[in-house]
Amino acid sequence: MSTEAKTHPLVVSVSPHVRGEESISKIMWTVNFALLPAFIMSVYYFGPRALYVTGLCILTAVLSEHIYQKALNKKVTSNDGSAFLTGLLLGMNLPSGIPFYIPVTGSFVAVVITKMLFGGLGYNIFNPALIGRAFLLITWPKLMTKWPMPTANFLEMDAKTTATPLGLLKEEGLAKLIEHFGDKAALYKSLLFGSTAGSLGETSAIALLLGAAILLYKRYITWHIPFSFLGTVALAAWIFGGKEGLFTGDPVIHLLSGGLILGAFFMATDYVTCPTIRKGQLIFGVGCGAITMLIRLKGGFPEGVMFAILLMNCFAPLIDRNVRPKQFGAVKAVKEVKK
Amino acid sequence: MAHTHKSNWELIKNGMFSENTIFRMAISLCPSIAVTNSLKNGFYMGVSVIFVQTMVNLTVSLIRNFINPKIRIPIFMMVIAGYVSIIDMSMAAWARPVYKQIGLYIQLIVAFASIFARAEVFAVKNRIVPSVCDGLGMGIGFFLAMIVISFFRELLGKGALWGFPIVSGNPLLIMILPAGGFFAVGLLMGFFNWMDAKLASRKGESASAEKQAA
Repeated sequence: MSTEAKTHPLVVSVSPHVRGEESISKIMWTVNFALLPAFIMSVYYFGPRALYVTGLCILTAVLSEHIYQKALNKKVTSNDGSAFLTGLLLGMNLPSGIPFYIPVTGSFVAVVITKMLFGGLGYNIFNPALIGRAFLLITWPKLMTKWPMPTANFLEMDAKTTATPLGLLKEEGLAKLIEHFGDKAALYKSLLFGSTAGSLGETSAIALLLGAAILLYKRYITWHIPFSFLGTVALAAWIFGGKEGLFTGDPVIHLLSGGLILGAFFMATDYVTCPTIRKGQLIFGVGCGAITMLIRLKGGFPEGVMFAILLMNCFAPLIDRNVRPKQFGAVKAVKEVKK
Repeated sequence: MAHTHKSNWELIKNGMFSENTIFRMAISLCPSIAVTNSLKNGFYMGVSVIFVQTMVNLTVSLIRNFINPKIRIPIFMMVIAGYVSIIDMSMAAWARPVYKQIGLYIQLIVAFASIFARAEVFAVKNRIVPSVCDGLGMGIGFFLAMIVISFFRELLGKGALWGFPIVSGNPLLIMILPAGGFFAVGLLMGFFNWMDAKLASRKGESASAEKQAA
């Protein structure tokens, strides 16, 4: 009950009478909190550099939003957690061994060009963190694909670089990938806990799933996008992923590796850039999954989650318009007014 | 026929700034993204367009009284195609390395909205000298836009200008790719709009101040 109803029980006020506790900043900070386990795992495996890279991303994102809003005399909303989240997500999408100007540039592009120039939070067409990463990947392709070995040993940090599991899968095939890790069980275990090469936040599937569980429990995200996304990837990997023919692929590797879990639960579900109607969200998820697998199996890049989500972001308004429930009983004049 | 009342210098300035093809009218954007990945390409493209635009305006203005309005479009097309062939063959003969990179876009000048538009809205209605000035202004405006865009794109994308390295380090590779072209054009257009708004507000302030003084 609203405070007014508590203090003046007999006063009849205008609706809404019961207000939710949610606000943009509360949701954003909860999502940030949900990413904490994955972040801790990344610091554990990649050392202090993970902390610096993510910290720089967050700092630049919040600062550039603040300065932009100050400079243009707009309402300053840089502390509502959304810029913080953009920075955090971008940081988790970067390898740890990069020079420090890369996270700064990426964060600036993500916040200023992708979000603020389009009108600020709620008006951006694309997911800011993903555009930031796409910009960086295209701009510095060599630096952005040098993946340091995770060691969980603070003295030997950044000693070696190696290919990501998906990179190995693409270049050398499944047999070599399993050989690289010992046996299949060891490979699954590494993928689950995150001791594989990759972006900071994407390697540890279990920590990400823990965060995703929080969001699902709080109902900040619904199952529609992530599960249709993951389901399509699993199905496509099972059908088309195998070398020996159809229905021989290994869906588990495709599900656990790369940025799939991070993308499906934390990035594809971004309120601003995904469809708002449930049916549309299912289409969105299936589209993301299909494009991801198309890039992973046939494309030039080993990983396709980022491009899949960005491509589907463009379709979000189109999907929403076509799955809109039919209005029954509306006459034409009313419809025109609604437009 | 509507004759223009602007002086020749005003016509040239009009094409260069207030009706700049790229940054104001936002037409002929294809070459502004496709060809501007190095200063040299942008320069040659700009020069070609100045030539074609001026000569097309001159020719169309010369024959404007003989053109049957019903078939004016094919006639413009033929005039433009003639001059584009001249510049195409000249570049193929004298600027071989550049022609290899941007030859396709030189031929595409035939389909430029800006050249066609000036023939249709200006040259066919005006006398020769104003038409030439208009074409020259429009061409120079396009040239300047190409120079500005390609300057930033080559400097940021390759750390070089006209092929000579200037800055070492890891350049922003995206700037010489098509995506970077969109970034560059969009940001520069925004910058010029912002400049315009600033200048306009300053002018407005001084004008109101004069009024108050009077």
